[in-house]
Amino acid sequence: MFSAALQHIKLGDWLTLLLGSICVVLLTFKLWSDDLADKAIIRGGGKILSVVPLSRDQQIEVPGPLGISIIAIQNHKARIASDPSPRQYCVRQGWLQQAGEIALCLPNQVSVELVGSKKKYDSLNY
Amino acid sequence: MTASIIKLNTTAEDHHIARMAAVALGLTVLESAIPSPLPGVKPGLANIVTLIVLARYGWRTAAWVSLLRVLAGSLLFGNFLAPGFFLSLSGAVCSLVVLAFARHLPARWFGSVSHSIYAAFAHITGQMLVVYLWLIPHAGIAYLIPIFATAALVFGTVNGLIAARFMDNDSNPLSLRGNQ
Repeated sequence: MFSAALQHIKLGDWLTLLLGSICVVLLTFKLWSDDLADKAIIRGGGKILSVVPLSRDQQIEVPGPLGISIIAIQNHKARIASDPSPRQYCVRQGWLQQAGEIALCLPNQVSVELVGSKKKYDSLNY
Repeated sequence: MTASIIKLNTTAEDHHIARMAAVALGLTVLESAIPSPLPGVKPGLANIVTLIVLARYGWRTAAWVSLLRVLAGSLLFGNFLAPGFFLSLSGAVCSLVVLAFARHLPARWFGSVSHSIYAAFAHITGQMLVVYLWLIPHAGIAYLIPIFATAALVFGTVNGLIAARFMDNDSNPLSLRGNQ
């Protein structure tokens, strides 16, 4: 039965199979090599205030010159939940998940950066 | 009020296409009973019919059978014009486009297995495009592509083998030749 099936695969079919397998392997390497972040680095006034794992859900209050920014960590994602800055860019950025993603609250000098197992480019220097 | 009778003039070829589309439809229904670990990963058994029709009767007939199967299947499952229908349709259309080229590969070296693999990859490409451009416009779906691609390769090969096996004995009771 098995050998009967094999005789239907012609030379070109083997070539197609090989090509398909190479495509699948390349796709897998390309798309699955991105590592998800596992830690968040929280900075205030340019200094690292704390490095927290993303595995535990929590809220962190970070004081800045304008007031308190609240960083929320939930389901392996992090975001700035509230911030006293006037334009709210960092809040609107929403949930961060990939290593290298950063939310900056400039007037309040608070930032949260996600890092994975290895250091890659970050979302600021594209 | 008189009853009006609409009579469609159908040819033998129409009947033939309808019969083969019905076989494809039967396989679609059969396959929907197979549980799938991930929505979208299915063997695509109906494509065996498309492959055989392509090899025996040409691309035009294969396109009819394939598209009729998508349309009638959606009516049967009740998802006509729903997202699932457009996923099937885009997959079928992409497969047919690729098959239009793949069938011109030299038959000495390339058989149903090649056709099936190319069509399976085209199918998943068409579906992912619809998913990305319309249903889930988020880059996160790229994560699923390796799974779909692996499924396409495996099921494409298996379907191609089944189609090739069917075609080498015409005495098979399930032979799709129009025996009329």
